[in-house]
Amino acid sequence: MQLKRGRKSFPTYLVVFLAPALIIYTIFMVYPLLNSLRLSFYSINDQKVETFIGLQNYVTLFTNSNFAPRFWGALKNNFIFFAVHMLVQNPIGLLLAALLSAGGRGRRFYRTTLFMPTVLSVVIIGFIWQLILNPLWGVAESMMKLVGLGSLFKPWLGLTSTALVTVSLISVWQFTGIPMILFYTALIGIPEELVEAGRVDGANGWQAFWHIKFPLVLPTLGIVAILTFVGNFNAFDLIYTMKGALAGPDFATDIMGTLFYRTFFGQQLQLGDPNMGATIAAMMFLIIMSGVLIYLFAWQRRVQTYEL
Amino acid sequence: MTTDTPSVTNAMTNPTRPSALYRLRLLAGRLAPHLILIFFTALALFPIVMIVVNSFKKKPAIFGHPFALPNAETFSLIGYNTVFSRSTFPTYFLNSIIVTVLALLLTLLIGAMASFALSEYSFKGNTLLALYLSIGIMIPIRLGTVGILRLMVKLGLVNTLVALILVYIAQALPLTIFILTQFMRQVPRDLKEAARLDGASEYRIFGLVVPLVRPALGAIGIFTMIPIWNDLWFPLILAPSSKTATITLGVQQFLGQFVSDWNAVLSSLTLAMLPILIFYLIFSQQMIRSITAGSVK
Repeated sequence: MQLKRGRKSFPTYLVVFLAPALIIYTIFMVYPLLNSLRLSFYSINDQKVETFIGLQNYVTLFTNSNFAPRFWGALKNNFIFFAVHMLVQNPIGLLLAALLSAGGRGRRFYRTTLFMPTVLSVVIIGFIWQLILNPLWGVAESMMKLVGLGSLFKPWLGLTSTALVTVSLISVWQFTGIPMILFYTALIGIPEELVEAGRVDGANGWQAFWHIKFPLVLPTLGIVAILTFVGNFNAFDLIYTMKGALAGPDFATDIMGTLFYRTFFGQQLQLGDPNMGATIAAMMFLIIMSGVLIYLFAWQRRVQTYEL
Repeated sequence: MTTDTPSVTNAMTNPTRPSALYRLRLLAGRLAPHLILIFFTALALFPIVMIVVNSFKKKPAIFGHPFALPNAETFSLIGYNTVFSRSTFPTYFLNSIIVTVLALLLTLLIGAMASFALSEYSFKGNTLLALYLSIGIMIPIRLGTVGILRLMVKLGLVNTLVALILVYIAQALPLTIFILTQFMRQVPRDLKEAARLDGASEYRIFGLVVPLVRPALGAIGIFTMIPIWNDLWFPLILAPSSKTATITLGVQQFLGQFVSDWNAVLSSLTLAMLPILIFYLIFSQQMIRSITAGSVK
């Protein structure tokens, strides 16, 4: 509605409605974010005096022998963490969604149960899997023996070569419900006539899925990918719970979130450094923003042609 | 529950008698989806069930027969006793409830007010404001942690529940406003105009509109609540004291201390899961329906 013309009084109600949201959002989200970005260009000395040092913190992060290996390591691990989600979590989510959307008995039960792990706290999930994989308890080992793979069991969480993939798969286990439900929503939205038309033309179930349904869920694939990306580059809780702030063994599970926490708060002998912490947060911000922008400009535009 | 798809039924009643092989393939085709779904369902349930079942057993039984249900001989509540006597779970629990409920109610109220203004009035800068508020949908608030902690130190809010509530409101507002604005746009104009003609104030009209978007408020409420309840990051950084720890942080610290007391660990995990699982089982259909609402079959 247009504000009534001729009404002289200032629309106080507009301020009343908007002010609380704007104030809280600006003070507790936008301002701290901008302030964090600003702090990444400063250093603080013991007298708490801030000095502008330009990009020096970034140079330190990329080249200093204390920071650079940790930063590049965490970045690489984070991309592996993301790749495991994209290659395992999202295809399984799509598979389950396709099976659920085909109808059949027990659909509601499957749907409810498969989504359940997503609502639990990452902390709980982390501890549960730590116990299940614990060689002391031997649950995972007995399960593998049952299917004749007992000899393959290893303390995966403790080995540098397997810890990261194991932690990634635990996260996949928890969050498969999210792509599943998003793909499911897209799939049940596809008009039945379209699929029937394909069937009449002789397409079998498999062909009907890939040639008719899959192109129609591509926009959802984009949303799932960007949600996974943002979630993964912001992850922290699971690794902190299972492997502590040091993300062991030997930083094998260190990702951006744990590196940020450790740098900001310090660890063992190293003191916390808010400016270096802010620098890492700024890098996370850049990475996440690049992902979002690629999604908005490249993916979404290209995929639009497919939409109904 | 829906029945099988029509095409399968058609094939079954095909007049020409299908060969045994064909029928076998058909059967496999019908069973395979169930087998896959059952496999993944079992995979999703198994770790949770293992924890809950073993939390009611004596220690030798936990290790000796991890897959067995507790019986008269192995049943024990010793883990629960430890948890209740040695920890401050009730405090953590209360903290989580206070933070979650207040953050949720305030988010919904403040978010609804802003959404109402954005959807109802066209004023200069409306679109820009909506855009400004929606930036936070994609940018995780955690990235501003250095700034948030500084601010809370300055405001003297470190180790208070208020700090958590404020951050969670700020975190939840962007998506809440984005979704609610769209729902509020759909409220029929006539209703509001009629009320205006009757001399209702704009606040009164807001009061009329809010009940009409109740389903959206419910859905947003559920999805706002779960990440707040489960969050570890901000309790760890802004309010780690034992008086202000939330249940998620409390469990994390408790488990760190009692790592070798398996009874206590299993019991505390079960206790920590319980509230959210009960909540989920009550609201799961509503939750899933609210996501899939866009595409009704």
